[in-house]
Amino acid sequence: MKMYNKFMIGVWLLLIMGLFAFGSGVVEAAGDPNGSDTYSDSIEGLKISINVVWTLIAAFLVFSMQAGFAFLGGFLRQKNMLNYLAHCFIDSTLGACVFYFFGFAVMFGGSQAYSGLDRGWPGIGWDGFMLLGDAYDVQTVMFWLFQMVFATKTVTIIAGAVAERMKFVPYVIYSCLMCGIIYPLYGHWVWGGGWLSTLPIGAGVVDFAGCAVVHTVGGIMALMGAWAVGPRKGKYNPDGSPNAIPGHNMTYVVIGCFILAFGWFGFNAGSTVAGTDLRISIIATNTFLAAAAGAAIMLFFTWKRQGFADISFVCNGALAGLVAITAPCAYVAPWAAVVIGVLAGLIMRGTVSLVEVKFKIDDPLGAVAVHGANGMWGMLAVGLFADGTYGVNGLILGTGDQLLAQFIGTIVAFAYAFAFGGAVFFGLKGTIGLRSSALEEEEGLDIAYHGTSCYPVEEGYFGAVGEHLIDVQAEKEQLSLLEEAISKDRSREKIYSEKLGRWVYGKAKQEKHSSKSKK
Amino acid sequence: MKKIEAIIRPEKFNIVRDALTEMGYPGMTVTEVKGHGSQKGISEVWRGRRYRVDLLSKIKLEIVVKDEDVQKIVDTITTESQTGSIGDGKIFVINVENVYRIRTKEKDATAI
Repeated sequence: MKMYNKFMIGVWLLLIMGLFAFGSGVVEAAGDPNGSDTYSDSIEGLKISINVVWTLIAAFLVFSMQAGFAFLGGFLRQKNMLNYLAHCFIDSTLGACVFYFFGFAVMFGGSQAYSGLDRGWPGIGWDGFMLLGDAYDVQTVMFWLFQMVFATKTVTIIAGAVAERMKFVPYVIYSCLMCGIIYPLYGHWVWGGGWLSTLPIGAGVVDFAGCAVVHTVGGIMALMGAWAVGPRKGKYNPDGSPNAIPGHNMTYVVIGCFILAFGWFGFNAGSTVAGTDLRISIIATNTFLAAAAGAAIMLFFTWKRQGFADISFVCNGALAGLVAITAPCAYVAPWAAVVIGVLAGLIMRGTVSLVEVKFKIDDPLGAVAVHGANGMWGMLAVGLFADGTYGVNGLILGTGDQLLAQFIGTIVAFAYAFAFGGAVFFGLKGTIGLRSSALEEEEGLDIAYHGTSCYPVEEGYFGAVGEHLIDVQAEKEQLSLLEEAISKDRSREKIYSEKLGRWVYGKAKQEKHSSKSKK
Repeated sequence: MKKIEAIIRPEKFNIVRDALTEMGYPGMTVTEVKGHGSQKGISEVWRGRRYRVDLLSKIKLEIVVKDEDVQKIVDTITTESQTGSIGDGKIFVINVENVYRIRTKEKDATAI
């Protein structure tokens, strides 16, 4: 009943928000819903058609990246796979709904990029709620679709960092907040005609496809989320040294990387929002080169350092290269893309160690290293390597203005995500709690939150009996007993065993001497 | 010589193994098994329909020890793996006639 009330409050809030948007948007409609005014049988009309087709194809490609993110769940243990997949799925569905109701208007109101996006300040926008009124226009809606898939990608970055140990309810709340306000607000500052994009230094802060807007914000939010929720059980020994927690399927990881890299062509090249801008061939090539260079450097780096070619880091190196080239892809030459990719791989590897060993923050998928650190590197790389394309001049042309602008944009993104991430995750931690119970974590979040495991047992191992044959009450009582016992285990001290050369569980605090063993 | 066959909760396996290692057991064989005793399975949900998993995952430990060590090891396993909830498992102690070590052809006590 209590849950039902909370649900109803949510529904009312959505309705009120909707009415507000409806009242502000539907009054006069001057958009072009069927495209007849936008299209004409002329070169101009054809140009618009090509741009719309190109942007839509790019949006579809970016959407497929969600499958790539989902496949990266191979880095996790199989008992938590379904929970991670659920995170990915609600981000791209529930998150998209929130972006439709609210986020898009905050992000692009006042940008005047397309019809119906007129009202907004440099700090925040408020036009185009629910794509009503003027925003009910073929080009605005095309732009919405393209931006929606970006927003949902940003939200999913965090899923990898908090995987395997976070309750489901706070994740849903976080997902809505991220799509509704956190991502759109910073996005407005850079892409929506906000104050960062009009900064009078260099060409203002430029972020072609989202190094700061998507990756720095997502990566730093992931850092805060992983920090607030705490490390997985067994990740750290009492002396602070980290343990490896192997995942369950490297096939998924490799496939996931391929799908992400494929989708990234849309992510970067599609960000021209114009198929008539032939720079797209350079952008796509730069994107691929950075990924290839990032993977190649990690191949040799791990080979030298660890004695074998570590494919998990090679995959992460490719992703690091892709993240780092996201902002500079349109402004640099292919040789610079290779340099950016090589450094991205090394930065990723360094940050993994930094986060894991120094900060003692458990980040199962390396979201902070791949997205956070390389988002920032990519932003700065624009200021270093930009070759004058689109009027952006980097340090290689002898001017440091752009580097300064990029630096400001990066610092603002970092501070912004740090503040919002801290507020959201530590706020949720203090109110409804972030962390799963000890038993849920031990047995896996799949069964606890979703009722079934990701890989259900084979036929014959279960009996398909009706509901009435299961005593749910008795089952709950037994579960709470187990819950208590397992949470006691968590409070056990760990002691260092000379015999084993590793940390082991000490004795339970109160010795429960049972009756004689059951013979 | 006795063989101790303990069927315990997977959640408790690490703790039991650590405790046994600390007290110095001779060696162990571990199998992932499925089964049920008094615990009649748990219910899961598949596409809205509740079903019951009758046979649950357990860990089976097999340890062969000298007669005088049996009680010590049984006590450790019981203490460490007990939760008080149905499904904690069972311990069987079985007589072992002979033990041979394949590598050296040693027999019985020295072969454990």
